[in-house]
Amino acid sequence: MTIERADIEKLAELARVQISEDNIAATSRSLGNVLALVDQLQAVDTRDIAPMSHPLDTTQRLRADEVTEPDHRLAFQKIAPAIEDGLYLVPRVID
Amino acid sequence: MHNQTLAQLSAGLAAGDYSSVELTRHFLSRIEQLDPAYNSFITVTAEAALTSAIAADEQRARGEVHPLCGVPIAHKDIFCTDGVRTSCGSKMLDNFVPPYDATVVANFAAAGAVVLGKTNMDEFAMGSSNETSWYGPVKNPWNTGLVPGGSSGGSAAAVAARLVPAATATDTGGSIRQPAALCGITGLKPTYGRVSRWGMIAFASSLDQGGPLARSAEDAALMLNVMASFDPKDSTCVDREVPDYTAGLNDSIAGLRIGIPKEYFDPGLNSGTEGAVRDALAQFEAMGATLHDISLPHSALSVPAYYVIAPAEASANLSRFDGVRYGYRCADPVDLRDLYMRTRAEGFGDEVKRRILVGAYCLSAGYYDAYYKKAQQVRRLIKQDFVEAFKSVDLVMGPTCPNPAFAFGSKGDNPVAMYLEDIYTIATNLAGLPGMSVPCGTVDGLPVGLQMIGNYFDEARMLNVGHRFQQVTDWHNRTPEGINP
Repeated sequence: MTIERADIEKLAELARVQISEDNIAATSRSLGNVLALVDQLQAVDTRDIAPMSHPLDTTQRLRADEVTEPDHRLAFQKIAPAIEDGLYLVPRVID
Repeated sequence: MHNQTLAQLSAGLAAGDYSSVELTRHFLSRIEQLDPAYNSFITVTAEAALTSAIAADEQRARGEVHPLCGVPIAHKDIFCTDGVRTSCGSKMLDNFVPPYDATVVANFAAAGAVVLGKTNMDEFAMGSSNETSWYGPVKNPWNTGLVPGGSSGGSAAAVAARLVPAATATDTGGSIRQPAALCGITGLKPTYGRVSRWGMIAFASSLDQGGPLARSAEDAALMLNVMASFDPKDSTCVDREVPDYTAGLNDSIAGLRIGIPKEYFDPGLNSGTEGAVRDALAQFEAMGATLHDISLPHSALSVPAYYVIAPAEASANLSRFDGVRYGYRCADPVDLRDLYMRTRAEGFGDEVKRRILVGAYCLSAGYYDAYYKKAQQVRRLIKQDFVEAFKSVDLVMGPTCPNPAFAFGSKGDNPVAMYLEDIYTIATNLAGLPGMSVPCGTVDGLPVGLQMIGNYFDEARMLNVGHRFQQVTDWHNRTPEGINP
């Protein structure tokens, strides 16, 4: 299975993972290998089979709408790459 | 001391043969002395371990304690530990010090267990050889030129080399059972939902499950007693009573109906592995069990279905690593897009990036029905195979993996060659069933694992069957050369 350069570029954008020029050919090849493997699924007759997204037939549990957690902002921000005045810093988005 | 099982160490502590501090020092010095050859630990927490050991000794002196109080263990570096770096084997989290404990970690802390450190693993648990760890591969204690299996290779190698009596691990497609098999130890992946996933860094949320790696089924039972709990913080954790998994270990297995799936004895199976597994099955027959030929017709589709579902879930789960709130951030980003793109390109290794891209492909517009929905439909067919089988048998048995431990780099450039090593373990994750591997022989001096697959929440029976097998065989007591200097 061949994956075109344009496909790789689109996927890199969707997944927000930069792929260097040097790696495009290798990425295309290994993705092609994986997709050839998963293409075996196409031969299976799955008419009327309901998709299964979870191993157990469970329903989402609900809990009482009560505050159970204290504020952890300080602890969480201590491990952030860049913060200032309690805010996470990223490069300027709007000029 | 290091050749004793968890059960023996627990009894030794209770009898006062040694203190937890002595035990902890002994294992820490083994790690210091021997682990440079295996690379099974990413972080050793010697100081904290000794502090907990002192506390455990004091607690024991005061009276009644949990059986694992003062016993040393290790956690796979996928479980968040408050104040201790949790890397998940990735450069992305090399600087990540969680501000909280995973529920599994908290459970062991409540029991008074002593944590020696965090074990090495394939990056984000994606791998079957430990070669994808950013901290370098773990070496198999049976032969350091061979892989220990993965992704929980560090936990498995540490237990096999007697650097720790038991360790926690996780299994998304075989990551507990395959390294257990390749390192000659016992590993159990519980039913999905049995062990809390809270604080366990997510790879594929509908498949991930924590479980123990230990020397014996009895030790695995002691570990599972602590690991299994109902946790309101994990919405997929099942609210169901946790039995005492040690209670029925000695029950008779006469009359046990064992299903032997013909698909698990395919031409891809190593003949030595097959011989060892067949010998084990004959042993069960001699113990009063009956063998039944069964078929799991959709088995061959488990690897293709898994490599849609797991990457799809991974691509969503790993989108949280964006260089903004924690973890790695690239240097001097010019804008937000550049920050994301380069942080993820530099922070993730090749296998992780590959799976993110495959996941993004399978979920993208125009491909969703052909890949993701199709894989979910096949997943139901795979589960149905097992539901049918468990109408007439109590347990399913076969090999854990097609081959014994293989050499580093031997799977070449095609990722699919590595993926196929998990051919017998992946279906249980897709179905959510419990699976266990116990040592059952050797091929050219390398351990072979026998896999048991149980019905939902039938862990106690599997541990009972494993324990009875280990009462009449000594494969689980074999040790690699050079671990007793």
